[in-house]
Formats: sequence, structure tokens, C-alpha cells
Amino acid sequence: MQSDIKRLSLILLFAPFALWIALLIILPHMGMVVLSLREKVAPRVYEFGFGNYIDFINEPIYWNTLLRTGSMSILVTFLALLIGFPIAYYIAKIAGKRSRGALFLLCLIPLWVSDLIRAFGWILLLRETGVISSFLTDIGLIDQPIEFLYNDITVVIGLVYTVILFMIVPLVSTLDGMDNAMIEAGYNLGGNGFTVLRRIIVPYAMPGIVSGCIVVFMMTAGSYLTPILLGGKNSSWFTEQIYDQFITRFNWESGAAFGFLLLAFTSIVVWIGLRLTGQTLANTVAKS
Amino acid sequence: MKHKTKITGLMAALLLSTASFAHAETLRLLTWGSYAPEELVQKFEERYPDIDVEVTFSNNEEMIAKLRATGGAGFDLAQPSHDRIHAAQMEYDIYKPLDLSKIDTSVMETSHLEGVKANTTIDGEVYAVPHQWGTSGLMANKSVAPDFKGWGDLCDPKYEGKTSMRLKRTILLGTAFSMGHDPFAAYSDLDKYQQILDEVAEKLIECKSNIKAYWKGGDDLSAMMLSGEIVASETWDSTAYKLYGQNKDIVFVPPETGALAWIDTFALPRKGKADDAAYKWINFVLEPENVTIMSGSTGAIAAVKGGLDLLPEDKREAVTAAFTDADIANLKFFANIPAGVEDMEGKTLEKIKAATGG
Repeated sequence: MQSDIKRLSLILLFAPFALWIALLIILPHMGMVVLSLREKVAPRVYEFGFGNYIDFINEPIYWNTLLRTGSMSILVTFLALLIGFPIAYYIAKIAGKRSRGALFLLCLIPLWVSDLIRAFGWILLLRETGVISSFLTDIGLIDQPIEFLYNDITVVIGLVYTVILFMIVPLVSTLDGMDNAMIEAGYNLGGNGFTVLRRIIVPYAMPGIVSGCIVVFMMTAGSYLTPILLGGKNSSWFTEQIYDQFITRFNWESGAAFGFLLLAFTSIVVWIGLRLTGQTLANTVAKS
Repeated sequence: MKHKTKITGLMAALLLSTASFAHAETLRLLTWGSYAPEELVQKFEERYPDIDVEVTFSNNEEMIAKLRATGGAGFDLAQPSHDRIHAAQMEYDIYKPLDLSKIDTSVMETSHLEGVKANTTIDGEVYAVPHQWGTSGLMANKSVAPDFKGWGDLCDPKYEGKTSMRLKRTILLGTAFSMGHDPFAAYSDLDKYQQILDEVAEKLIECKSNIKAYWKGGDDLSAMMLSGEIVASETWDSTAYKLYGQNKDIVFVPPETGALAWIDTFALPRKGKADDAAYKWINFVLEPENVTIMSGSTGAIAAVKGGLDLLPEDKREAVTAAFTDADIANLKFFANIPAGVEDMEGKTLEKIKAATGG
């Protein structure tokens, strides 16, 4: 009797998670696989085949966009880590107990506003007649308004801003668990600041770094609004290609194939990243 | 006993809810951003208290994608443009034929009605009737670009970094016309159409360095134009009319090769459940006073007899400032999009976007 109840409660607790995975993740993805393997031969006539994937390989525009999206996402991840690490270190180790919560909240606040509004915020700041450009002309630094918007740098700035929180949160939680005595011991044993950072802090924070990087990279590669709104004439983003295939070209088959290629590509990048840094998912993401 | 009351209660609740279902019919509209102004919806619900109106805003491509996903279920009335009916119906079977006897077609402008009927008749059945029409063309700030008059002027070095366009099929077609081709005539010969598209792509890639940015929606276009960051752009006429209200220098310019005209229609999704309510809505918005309210919101001209006169004052002024009778006679109506053309145009647009011209 007792064990029955235990089992039942286990099943009930597990059910939402299982349903969520099965109905919202696995099932739709299976539908997408099937869709991506259909080739359109005539109106309302489809055949099974790999045509959509072959199209992708044969068209340089597609895989160039994918590579571009991938490399810019890596850049964004790297920048987010570079900027996020000191912030996280300050929050977790240097700031006082009371200000810690406030600082953390300050990081969270931008997330209360939707992506779209934040992108429009950047547009207001950076456009030719925008805040920054007119401020610079007013103080006489430049004599003609400058357009900061509509280029790749803007896209990178916007994306770093959008995702940096997802870097800071796991970093703070891992660094928080680190004993200050470890850092002191490092200095006592004659290490300078850099050695302590390299040999003690970074290795300890590795689970946070890896999980932060994975989340940030995935979010960036899959983002749609920021690159579309801030990007310029040449800034193609792979999600835009997927949208175009689905919506403007009515080509769900190759849109589904593209979706899978993006998933496969980002997974491979993450796998390579783990390999290069000698980490595994089990001792990083699962731990942090 | 207790059990029994519970069940009766449940039954009663069920009965009540089904009763209210039977009582209030829901009309689910799938339409454009400004095509169901609150004022009209309220007026409609007052006249037909047993009909609730639910509105979903969308655009041509998303309407078709939504209906395709469900095989034509989920909505009772859709409003795609006239060139988006035939191929979508042939390919995905998402609409059902109209019963023209239930629509007051006598008030519709004959040329539009016949045009749409000709475009959307499949196996002798008519799938759409016209609602509102408008054009795509150019707009220019007359104080700085007084002689802007054709699609090609967007690429004129005189306006370097000061023009914009939307990277969609309209600009492909407009540029083709400005290069002396007739893309609609080439729809019947897709090899020829591909040739035209290649030429257009070359021209537009060359033109990239002249463009400030591609606009994506009416809002960013308006912001660029009003702030003076650009002086001319490809545009929807309704956006230009709105800007005319704020700055009389900004006018819609019908290109010399003819503005591209579209007609938004009424069409019934195949699995729609409230056809009668849909017909009531169609006839309701065709009534003269409602036409004025509708046009005030959409900025487009109703496809009814005397549609221009039924425009609100300010819109009529903007239209007459933009169009002469010759311009109206020169309109190029979008031709039915045959299967495969969307894919060809999509590829061309991708090529232009990916090219690193400027």
C-alpha cells in the first residue's frame, strides 16, 4: 500500500514534465522531421526525399548565412562572458550582503520589458536623428549626424544586451558557492591576481561558464527580433531565412529542414566547445 | 442524494452553456491591421446582438499560412488580396466558394468586382469579392526631391543614402516595370520571368549602396521619412497618406510606369462555421456610412461605386494630391501568382539581401 502511494506520487510528479517533453518537444519535432523529408513535386503532390537538405548544400547563400549566424553568435557569447564575468564576480564576491540583492535585481529589470521594446529602445538611441547622434553633434564632437543603426555591430550590441543576464545568473550562483579562503590561500602561496584568476577562480566557475555560454549561444543563434530590427542591408540571420521559407515562400518543407539544420549546427558547436575545453555536460550544466 | 444534486447541477450548467452557445454566434475575422475598427465592430454587434466578433490581425502570407496549418479551420472570414486566392486554393484547398446571392454585389464597383471574379473563379465557382483597394508606389519629400517620379529614381546617386524600400516582391515588380519589362505578362512563361528576375536582381544589388536601409513595417518607414533621414521610398499609399497628414511635403508618387494596385477581398475559409454571420459582416461594411468609417481606418479606397467620394475628408485630399485621372488609368493590378513564382521571387530576394554590395 505504502509503496503504491509512493509510486503514484512519483508518477504524478513526473507526469507534467513527461507530458511537456512529449507533447511540446518530441511530437512537434517528429512532425518537423516528416515535413522536412517531403519534396513538393506538384500542387498537393509530395514525395519522400532529401531534396530540401540537398538544396541547402547546393545554395551558398543558405550555408553562408548559417555560418555567419554561428560566428556572430560565438562572438556575442564571448563578449557576454567577458562583460558578464566581472559583473558576476562583483555581485557574488565583492558586494556586501545587502547590495547584492539590489544589484541582482538591477540586472533583472531589463528582462521585465519585452525584447521588442528593448530593440526599439536601441533604435531610438542609435538612429541618425537619435539621442546619441544628436548629443554628439550638439556638443560639437561631430559636425554631421552619424548613423549607428543598421549594421552588424549594432546587432552584436543589441544581442549582448539581450542575453547577458543569462550569463550572469549561472556565474553568480557558482561563484557564490566558492569559499573565499580558496582565493586567500592562492595569494598566500605567492600567486598574483592573474594566477589566482586563472588557476583558482576560473576552474571553480567552469560549470557556470559552460552552462552560461551554452544558454547564451543557443538563445543568440535562435533569436529573431533583435537581428531583424537592428540589422542593416546585409545582415541576414538564419532564423529570418526560416521565417521566409515558412511564411513568404509557403515552403514549409524546406523551412522545416532549415530548422533542423540550425538545431544540428548549434548542437555541434556546443559539442565542439565542450570538447575543446575538456568539459562534459554532466560535470558542468548539471552541476551549476 | 447528494450525488444526485451534483449531477443535476452539472447537467444544468451544461445545458446553460450549450444554450448560450446556440444563442451567441461568433464571427472570427482574419484580416489586416486596420480592417476591423472598434467603432464598426461595436456597431455591428449592436445591430446583431447574437453575433460576437473576434478579430485576428494578419497579412497575406500569414493568413495563408494560418489557414494552411488547419486546412481552413479556425476562422469564418478572411481578407487576402485578390492575387492570393487562386494559387493558394489550388495548392492547399483552404477556401470555400461564395454564395453570391447572399452578397449585395450591386453596390460594388463593376470593374473591381469583375476583375476579382475573373481572378478567383475555379471550376465555375467564385471564391472572392472585392472589399478595399489601394496601391503600392513611391513617396517623396517634395521640398528636397521635387522630381522624383519612377521606381528607378530610388537608385539615383543624387539621393545616395537617402532612399529606402521594402525587400519584398513589390520592389521586384516595380523595378521590372521601370526596366521596360512586363512581369505580369511573363507569368505565363516562367523561364522568361526568371530572366527578368535576374536582371532585376542585378540592378537592385547595384542599387544597394544607394539605399539607407530596407524598411520592414509602416512604423520604421514613417520614422525615417518624418525625421528626414530619407527623402524618398517605396511605400504603400496608405502610409504615405498618413504622413501627408503630418507633413504636406510628403506625397505619394505614382511611378511613371504605373502604381501597382491590389484589391483586398472577402473569402470564406473552407471550414468556417459562421457563414451567415460572415455574409452579414460583408453586407454591413459595404453600407455607405460604414464604408467611410472603414476607409478612415484603413486609408484604402472601398471597392464600391463612388468609393473615392466616401473617403473621409483628409484622406480624399491626400488621394487627389497624389493621383491624376491618367495615373488611375495607368494602374497595374497585381496578376494572379502562379505556382512556383513565390519560390523564384523568394530566391531572388535572398540573393539581393545576401549580396555585399554596399
